Amino acid sequence: MTHVATPGRFRAVLESGAFTVTAEIGPPRGADAGAIVRKVLQLRDWTTAVNITDNQGAAVRLSSWAGSLAAMTAGVEPIMQVACRDRNRIALQSDLLGASAMGIPNVLVMTGDHPRFGDHAGAKPVFDLDSVQLLWTARTMRDEGKLLSGRELDPAPSWFLGAVENPSAPPADFRAARLAKKVAAGAQFVQTQYVFDAAAFGRWMSQVRDLGLHERCHILAGVGPISSLRALSHLQERVPGVQVPAELARRLRGVPAERVADEAMTACAETISELRQIPGVAGVHVMAVGNEHRIPAILRLAGLNEVGAAPQRDMAGLSEVGGEAGAAATAGRRLARADATRGGLGGSSPRGNAGGSSPRGNRAHAG
Amino acid sequence: MSTSNAEDARAAAIPATATGPPRPTSPRASARSMYLLHHLLEPNAGYRRLAAWLEARPRLRHVFTAAEKGVKQEIFGCRMCGQCALPSTGYACPMTCPKQLRNGPCGGVGSDGGCEVYPQLRCVWLTAFERADSQGRSADLQRLQLPIDHRLWGESSWIQYWQGRDEELWTDAGAALLPGPGASGS
Repeated sequence: MTHVATPGRFRAVLESGAFTVTAEIGPPRGADAGAIVRKVLQLRDWTTAVNITDNQGAAVRLSSWAGSLAAMTAGVEPIMQVACRDRNRIALQSDLLGASAMGIPNVLVMTGDHPRFGDHAGAKPVFDLDSVQLLWTARTMRDEGKLLSGRELDPAPSWFLGAVENPSAPPADFRAARLAKKVAAGAQFVQTQYVFDAAAFGRWMSQVRDLGLHERCHILAGVGPISSLRALSHLQERVPGVQVPAELARRLRGVPAERVADEAMTACAETISELRQIPGVAGVHVMAVGNEHRIPAILRLAGLNEVGAAPQRDMAGLSEVGGEAGAAATAGRRLARADATRGGLGGSSPRGNAGGSSPRGNRAHAG
Repeated sequence: MSTSNAEDARAAAIPATATGPPRPTSPRASARSMYLLHHLLEPNAGYRRLAAWLEARPRLRHVFTAAEKGVKQEIFGCRMCGQCALPSTGYACPMTCPKQLRNGPCGGVGSDGGCEVYPQLRCVWLTAFERADSQGRSADLQRLQLPIDHRLWGESSWIQYWQGRDEELWTDAGAALLPGPGASGS
């Protein structure tokens, strides 16, 4: 796989046509940049870029822009998620400018989960812009150098612009057209909600290809392991827009409790292999928030290779940010390597007991 | 979802016309009748003069706006954003979406078509899609609806519309990638 150790590597790898792997991490509920660094280091050898979620599930976490900067100190290219839920058009444009100024190369725009499901259920839902409007706004800022107000930006920002889509949510006949709208508004790549049914995803992709969208936008299919029966129930009953096929549910319920996580990883790897066969799929986006340590094993099972480690802390001149984070980076990298050499499905990582965490945290992809 | 069924049921029972957070609302008039009615309300010189005349008379304008509000709340659950998107959405009001999305459904629609926030209520964008599609108007949904002007809340959208001010509400950019005729005029 192509390896470009500069910001913009994600875009370059996608444009090279190589099958691209991204993953997602949730920032900590606490003022600790080191937690981000430790997590991204588990993934740096296996992914081209890592999404930093924006208060996913409408629960307060360290901000996505700060998390993105922390990832960059560890030599991992971030994809900064930006949700429309919490900020009006003034704050959104301001944060987007800040991201570009600090060298964050990728932003992923989404509507965001409603606050009602988060840890501040009584918060004011902002939704001043929707995801399509924000994409269009960002593209206008970058390509025309203008704010929504029409005022000029000097200099104009630059980012690689992404969107999300949920191919399995109704109305099924409208979801490819909805992606078309996002591409028209400026989406250059898209990461989807969880795909558990590759055949159903393939049908959506066929509509996407009919519209020629795969040639205008890099499509990464969202995948992830369902690491416990509790997580399965949660996904089935409480996460709207996510469909877990009955067959997969039966399969996970059919193994002893201690083997569910392994079975889920195998199933996830199988899904990745199936998705690779679908024309127009540019890569996969692995969502395993709370279970990031399992991602390398899943990718290995799916037959994907390491992408190679980028030289450490060389991105965007941010190497001086946080000496402690740097130390954590080095330590975390050693751990990541130890984990990688252990190999095999059951290989427990230093955080091996973190299984069973709620997939609610993964719900960063509501529209 | 963290909400109980009882809470959802209570939310569903509240009439769409109540104030408070937006809730998905199914229109009480058929899509066909609304598209037909729309022809009667299309801007012309008479309506334009009427709108300008009303706009210059605060008390009459207030009465007219209250009447518009009464009618549109009853039929569409209108929240008086003042920038009506109804002709583009099969006459299902996107401002009744709990996220007030103007460009289509979010990714949280349930497999049964339920709203992410109020699972017992049908996603208003699903309603919009079906109503527009039933009248051959699904291409309208590809219009890129631009951010709204929040200063216009509570104003009459008819007065805006008749004076041609709604033309800046959307662009056809979103239709550019789709086959077919693209978004038709409203």
